[in-house]
Amino acid sequence: MRPFEFTRAPSLKEAGSLTAASDSMAIAGGTNLLDLMKLQVETPSRLADLNRLGFAQIEDTDDGGLLLGALATNTETAVHPRVRRDYPVLARAILAGATQQLRNKATNGGNLCQRTRCFYFTNIDQPCNKREPGSGCGAIDGIAKLHAILGTSDQCIATYPGDMAVALSALDATVLVSGPGTDRSVPLREFHVLPGDTPWVENVLERGEIITGITLPPPVGGTQLYRKVRERSSYAFALVSIAAIVEIADGKFTRADLAFGGLAHKPWHDPHLADALVGQAPSRELFDTAADILLEDARGYGENDFKIPLARRTLHAVLQQAAEDAA
Amino acid sequence: MKVHFKQDEPDNANRLDGMKQDVLGKPVSRVEGLAKVTGTAPYAAEYPVANCAEGVLVTSTIARGDATHIDKDSVLSMPGVLAVIDDERLTTRAAQGTANEAPKQGPRQVCYWGQPIALVVAESFEQARDAAKHLGVEYREEGGAPLDPASAETEEQEDETVRQGDLAQAMRDAAHSVDVTYTTKGHASAAMEPHAAIAEWEGDRLTVHASLQMLNYNISELADALGVEEENIRLVSRFVGGGFGSKLGISEEVVAAALAARELGRPVRVVLSRQQVFQCIMRRSETTQRLRLAATSDGTLTGFGHEALVSNLPGEEFAEPVLQSSHFLYGGENRELMLMVARIHRMTAGSVRAPGEAAGMPALEAAMDVLAEKAGIDPVELRLRNIPEKNPEEGLPFSSHTLAQCLKQGADAFGWDSGPRRPRQRREGEWWIGTGMASAARVHNIAEARARVTLRPDGTALVETDMTDIGTGTYTILAQIAGEMLGLPPKTVMVDLGDTAHPRGPGSGGSWGAPSIGSAVYVACKAIREELAAKAGVAEDRLELKKGATSDGQEIGDLLGGKDLVREGHYEPGDIEDDYTASGFGAFFAEVRVNAYTGETRVDRMLGAFGFGRVLNAKTARSQCLGGITWSIGVALTEALEFDPRDGHLVNCDLAEYHVPVHRDVPDLEVAMVEERDGAASPIQAKGIGELGMCGGAAAIANAIYNACGARLFDYPMTPDRVLSVTAD
Repeated sequence: MRPFEFTRAPSLKEAGSLTAASDSMAIAGGTNLLDLMKLQVETPSRLADLNRLGFAQIEDTDDGGLLLGALATNTETAVHPRVRRDYPVLARAILAGATQQLRNKATNGGNLCQRTRCFYFTNIDQPCNKREPGSGCGAIDGIAKLHAILGTSDQCIATYPGDMAVALSALDATVLVSGPGTDRSVPLREFHVLPGDTPWVENVLERGEIITGITLPPPVGGTQLYRKVRERSSYAFALVSIAAIVEIADGKFTRADLAFGGLAHKPWHDPHLADALVGQAPSRELFDTAADILLEDARGYGENDFKIPLARRTLHAVLQQAAEDAA
Repeated sequence: MKVHFKQDEPDNANRLDGMKQDVLGKPVSRVEGLAKVTGTAPYAAEYPVANCAEGVLVTSTIARGDATHIDKDSVLSMPGVLAVIDDERLTTRAAQGTANEAPKQGPRQVCYWGQPIALVVAESFEQARDAAKHLGVEYREEGGAPLDPASAETEEQEDETVRQGDLAQAMRDAAHSVDVTYTTKGHASAAMEPHAAIAEWEGDRLTVHASLQMLNYNISELADALGVEEENIRLVSRFVGGGFGSKLGISEEVVAAALAARELGRPVRVVLSRQQVFQCIMRRSETTQRLRLAATSDGTLTGFGHEALVSNLPGEEFAEPVLQSSHFLYGGENRELMLMVARIHRMTAGSVRAPGEAAGMPALEAAMDVLAEKAGIDPVELRLRNIPEKNPEEGLPFSSHTLAQCLKQGADAFGWDSGPRRPRQRREGEWWIGTGMASAARVHNIAEARARVTLRPDGTALVETDMTDIGTGTYTILAQIAGEMLGLPPKTVMVDLGDTAHPRGPGSGGSWGAPSIGSAVYVACKAIREELAAKAGVAEDRLELKKGATSDGQEIGDLLGGKDLVREGHYEPGDIEDDYTASGFGAFFAEVRVNAYTGETRVDRMLGAFGFGRVLNAKTARSQCLGGITWSIGVALTEALEFDPRDGHLVNCDLAEYHVPVHRDVPDLEVAMVEERDGAASPIQAKGIGELGMCGGAAAIANAIYNACGARLFDYPMTPDRVLSVTAD
């Protein structure tokens, strides 16, 4: 067997030092990590269990926003009265992901750090630059139906698989990170990164840094939708998903915060979309313009070519629904 | 005492209808249900065996070639590792159903990516798994292995070929004709319980707890693989967590566990990982099917063509029997049927959930919908007009035929609108809504079976056979059959299954379990009744037994005189198999919604009406139908094995990425059982029901998709990308 050291981190500081080494990893819910360890996709020598650190709170912030503890479970978050009332897009996104059993165990911090479900990443007998730098990308020219069309590189076309972070991107949430030297806040939209030449780097966390929470800005109201297109209606990753927070006044968009899942190595947020939509009256032409902006640099890899028209059509559906709901 | 009954004639006496206990057909809950849901029913890997070592299979990472060197030393020094087994007797494929002999052996020769090549055994499972991942293997790869059925060499399955009349001419002369080509993707059985075995030797005697469907064949397959006499082997499979065809034949872990246990002199357990279950057990072949239908202006078929291309490994005899029901479902005097097999290097293709009709009927029944539209005839009516009087190829009479009744009863129950049909007529918000229907057909199979029944003076009975219950309800229906015949409440009938120490049945597969073993129990019970009747001084057909006593109050215990009465029933199908075409029939009706923007399809409601002879248990039979309909949703919308085009490995090899329908995909399902008596099917007038429920249902959904949104698709599964590819904005 692959022995590993399991330590219950007694404090945040020690959690940081326990995870500082390159063969160490943090574990919270373990819903993704344990699978990957069984497959030997992940082979840490040391696991630091974060579950005793206590960041499981969900509480109001001074500015009227909401703090989601990193160790609060996805279920606790999705059913929280304030999340349901003030951030329904987040509740809907969480409930669109995984299964009830997984959501009961999965934590908010862990959710942000989940790995891609690319078939070539999870099969250690196949090439994958993300898992084994320099080994090649099996998905390019392989089975790539689920794969990315935006922000890809010739090293990796994997997607970020989650739903929750897509809603957090639309909400412009902030990730709270505790590090060896100092604590810092990272905008969710900057937390995940594109693959580039370093596809094994998926987010901006440095060694020894621990996510302690996620803050949501004060509620913005509006119509909040999460649309997830998938091949079966539960327990399937998104082909395309859209988190939308939309407001309309006097027949024109006054807010259009959109984020996309299933399209890229990170929840995709393009500020030009809001620029194009806000101040304009909803129309098919406008939605097409928005889709043009979103998909300007989109590139299919054969099997996933359909995601380009699918993203366009789903965007139409979401904006149309939002416009109707808001009216 | 053994009682043999060979059935050459239909048995229309319907004796079971005259019995007095009145338990047969009743919706009795599964007798083993409580044990299963409370976790006390032991599955193969769960038997407590002392000093058991753990084995993990090592699988190949090439599609074709040889494992030229296995570096055992690379793992033997790892903690806990006991042995690396690379015995030439290791099997490299799962045995086909009823093979009765070892599947391909010789693990050094690699024929597909993921093929077992060795077994690593260690003290703990974790140690064995890690060592298996580290075993050094050198290959000599034979490149260029054919992986794509479309470009591989093909062989004709000549016994499937039918050429009758002149189909080409019939197509030219037809008032309405259809010439369409469908594809279906490969499917996995996707049983919940992974394949597992614990092997233990005592001297030269081997006991294996395994998860298998057909012990009577499996014991021969194992004996052949090991080079051991069958008499020295005992196989036990009391509870099986689903088989769906994947456990018909012995699979690689059974032989590997037996060889390792022999070498180490201690018990060895081998459980396949979920990925291995997908990668080295049976797949259903993908198919390409051309349908040609020629019809007169009133929709009467004059020509019927069905040609299919399927695939398998070189050397495998099994060819997905896509045409199985096409041979007799509809008329048409000009016929052309042909089945071709492409030889490719993917894992073994074999029986998966209703082999044949599960892939063939969705194509045929979708083509019938195209014809109905062309001819302007209601799809139900089109089918009613084409039900043949007798088998249109062999001329045999049908043992019974419920298709018309199922179509009519199903249409009524569903509320089918037989008016003119046009797509894109009903819209709710973003969703197009439509309906579709299809016929169901699944050939009736039956086989020789033996069961021992013991009637005890205390008014209880014992049924013993090696028959398996793979979650279908066998324990329960056998208790009901014996209870009905012997006048006992089912709870006083103990049923002991899944042990080769018992008389042999055919096992579970091809939906033949219930009619086959049920008939053996019937034969045994009938012999017991004759003995009781003699003791009671009445003719057997006048003997009325209920609640452990005769109608004139004689207790069974008194009749037995304190002694057990034991009879072994041996049922053998005789001429009935050759004299009739026997099949279950049915009809599916579906209402679906298709999202106009995203191409997602959701089934709103679905109804299946099925005729399959006598209903032995209304609850378990209905459950079988529900399961079948659920699988047909999978065939229609979600299930697809995806193979890498370069090395042929199966990429979506777990239940997260191989999409069987989840609860949310399955709406309220309605089942109408069209009860009948089919005396030529079996002496208990029952046919199989396990598979019928998925044979054609996918076409009802496909046809409903077209009716909803106008997307006429020819490729299953009908995933959003495919729907969108033919959908206007």
